[in-house]
Amino acid sequence: MRGVPISWYLTLSAILFTLGVAGFLFRRNIITVFMSIELMLNAVNLSFITFSYYWKQVNGHLIAFFVMVVAAAEAAVGLAIILTVFKNRQTLNIDEVDSMKN
Amino acid sequence: MDVILFLIFAIIAVVGAINVVVQSHPISSAISLVGVMGSLAVLYLLLGAEFLAAAQVIVYAGAIMVLFVFVIMLLNAGAEVRKGQSSIALFLGGPLLVALLILLAWFVQQLFPGVMVYFGGFRGGSAQDVGRALFTTYLLPFEVTSILILIAILGAIVLARKEMD
Repeated sequence: MRGVPISWYLTLSAILFTLGVAGFLFRRNIITVFMSIELMLNAVNLSFITFSYYWKQVNGHLIAFFVMVVAAAEAAVGLAIILTVFKNRQTLNIDEVDSMKN
Repeated sequence: MDVILFLIFAIIAVVGAINVVVQSHPISSAISLVGVMGSLAVLYLLLGAEFLAAAQVIVYAGAIMVLFVFVIMLLNAGAEVRKGQSSIALFLGGPLLVALLILLAWFVQQLFPGVMVYFGGFRGGSAQDVGRALFTTYLLPFEVTSILILIAILGAIVLARKEMD
């Protein structure tokens, strides 16, 4: 057999995305939650590049590139927010950051 | 050869992603995530995305993860305490997740029957091709992205500075 079925790549992307969602929902540490978001973005990038291969066009690469740029900007702002939250509350547990709940 | 490379790095990626979720210490999760991103870069190469494989290693595994590790060290983040986790979520959610993934895999298999990915099957992902598309078709999004990064820099500085009053 020459090559890998394209569905394997898409399934791998789905598995990584699902693990990212699971981490996002189950973890309580705000930094780990943030890393799960990065994992989801990576999984979507893999899907974009696979579809780019399927259509033999470069557009998917460009979208993945923009996702990367947005992820970098998001990481910078998000980690600054985490720093501020920690400075004000001395905790990284997202269950304890609930002042807007009641 | 393609199959072997794909399987090796796909397994590394999945094991690393599971490790990201189950490790209790954030620094272990961060190192696992670097592994996931590195193996994804190899998969990008197999798909013919040379430029993006390099960008993945530089931007994700380099810049973003260094930022994460830096913040983890700065905040001295320890292992998280787990409490109040319902067991029904684990025993119902796990099998449902696997069932959903199997359904999805079958669906994708039906959508793209017999389409094979092999190394060298797509040669439009070099820096030249990506750059040409970036500065012609995608010029406006590219410029908007630069403004976005500028705003992100300003936001990070405003959020992380010391209050001066």
